[in-house]
Amino acid sequence: MSRFIGFVKKEFSHIFRDYRTMLILFGMPVAQILIFGYVVSNEIKDIKIAIYDKSKDNVTQEITNKILSSGYFIIDKNIDNDNQVEDAFKKGNIREVIIFEPHFAEKLEREGKASIQILADASDANTANIVSNYTSAIIRTYMKNELMKGELPFVIDTKVQILYNKELKGVYMFVPGTMALILMLVSAMMTSISITREKEMGTMEVLLVSPLRPMPIILGKVIPYVGLAFMNALVIIALSYFVFDMPMQGNLTFLLLETLLFILMALSLGILISTVSKSQMMAMFISMFALMLPTMLLSGFIFPIENMPKILQWLSSIMPARYFIVIVKNIMIKGSGILVVWKETLYLTGITILFLVISIKKFKVRLE
Amino acid sequence: MLKQTENIIEVSNLVKKFGNFTANDDLTFDVKQGEIFGFLGANGAGKTTTLKILSGLSYPTSGKVKVAGFDVYREREKVKKNIGYMSQKFSLYDDLTVKENIRFYGGIYGLPGKYIKEKTDELLRRLKMENIKDSLIKSLPLGWKQKIAFSVAIFHNPGIVFLDEPTGGVDPITRRDFWELIYEASYSGITVFVTTHYMDEAEYCDRVSIMDQGRIEAMDTPALLKKQYNAENMDEVFIRIARKQQL
Repeated sequence: MSRFIGFVKKEFSHIFRDYRTMLILFGMPVAQILIFGYVVSNEIKDIKIAIYDKSKDNVTQEITNKILSSGYFIIDKNIDNDNQVEDAFKKGNIREVIIFEPHFAEKLEREGKASIQILADASDANTANIVSNYTSAIIRTYMKNELMKGELPFVIDTKVQILYNKELKGVYMFVPGTMALILMLVSAMMTSISITREKEMGTMEVLLVSPLRPMPIILGKVIPYVGLAFMNALVIIALSYFVFDMPMQGNLTFLLLETLLFILMALSLGILISTVSKSQMMAMFISMFALMLPTMLLSGFIFPIENMPKILQWLSSIMPARYFIVIVKNIMIKGSGILVVWKETLYLTGITILFLVISIKKFKVRLE
Repeated sequence: MLKQTENIIEVSNLVKKFGNFTANDDLTFDVKQGEIFGFLGANGAGKTTTLKILSGLSYPTSGKVKVAGFDVYREREKVKKNIGYMSQKFSLYDDLTVKENIRFYGGIYGLPGKYIKEKTDELLRRLKMENIKDSLIKSLPLGWKQKIAFSVAIFHNPGIVFLDEPTGGVDPITRRDFWELIYEASYSGITVFVTTHYMDEAEYCDRVSIMDQGRIEAMDTPALLKKQYNAENMDEVFIRIARKQQL
């Protein structure tokens, strides 16, 4: 046991003495979260819109005020006839046109139903989506309030539903994704690099000649990274909670357990990478291209999975990060327990075991 | 010096193949306890392959290999406790200090902390390296690293130490200093198995074997080999053997 502790101690010395490693371990998570939080945010602000009010009554005026006072939109122009709609878009400085049908207030009172048309410029699909969602959310809130006052006995149209993220905050999307990305990087990339480094330096041979068995060698190399990755996860959760107001509806212990599972998965992947790569460079490239990019692109972190071509959807369904993101979202935003995310948990457990079994096999083969 | 006649390494009919390539072709030899055994050959002759098999890093395709009385294939763990190993890359941790390296390697052999401490102090005194004990390995010249690596390899008092081209890349004077250390180890009873392609180093060995294309072509004391091949030094012996192969 004291041998093992000595081994782990040595590993920590490697980490703490290399400023690049330290930078990746401690600088990057904070930087990533802040960058995603402030810069690459999906949130919108001061979007230019046009309003085509065919009714011009007190209700449409009130809704218009609500939309404009939200802070997300500013009015670029008022439109008076149908022809102007297309022109307004063609000029290119507006993103959305909101059209109220004629006799809006009247219809609402008489039939209990009136319609608003939202036209969004989908040349930037993402923004169009967000903009129209924001608008309908504001309208729905207005209607809900009116209904509660009991002044207008109309039915609320709930065709487009935005659940759990009523403010449509970008933070809800990127925190789980960033967490997956960073844990993957720290665990898989750092361990695979640190193991291949021993190979490159020739120290691995000396370790294998010593009475230490391969398993403790690998464990000793991996354990420091479990601790560090876990600390990173804590930092990310704390930052997202305190700085970006991410909710924490579920059980924190459960979230941390799931995080630990994901870390173990990434570590076993890191060990696997180290068994197939001969140099640190190779380990880094494999981690970058085989792990980081797919994690970013295919896990649903940045691009919605539903919009991908079938083959990419299929590829995405084997990405462990995808399942972790689902788990984190469910726990943090909805407060779900194991009953909701058991399938994802099972998948992560299964693939961890698979990676470990393959690595152990490969590690033995290397000695032949 | 009295040399025991007991065999500490026994190799018979060792064959190692990588696919179609035969790296070790039917090797049979013994190394006696306390000997400095030089394992010579050109680059690619198969020296390192044999060394890896002897130290348990690689398995033979066929043949019997016994080290310190144990079968390297079936009793690997027992063999490991009795050997020390220094690889071509001298294998110290660059980002650890001299003392930390010694501590670490002593630790993985399960030596008690107090013993390691005492022995480290004594070792550094002997190497005259007390003033650099807290320097990082990467700041030291190659020759010093090699000396430390060798001392680390025999730190746990193994019966045998395997040295894989330990003096690569340093000047003749540093090499000579290094051989002083080998003699000291040998004097204290450690069997030294050393591969090299420097023929001047062969003169320092008690016995040498010369390998060519996976086979042992000659094996004897340097003096007898020189006599047999009518050569002035080991360099000539080596060249004659290599030439003979080509003809």
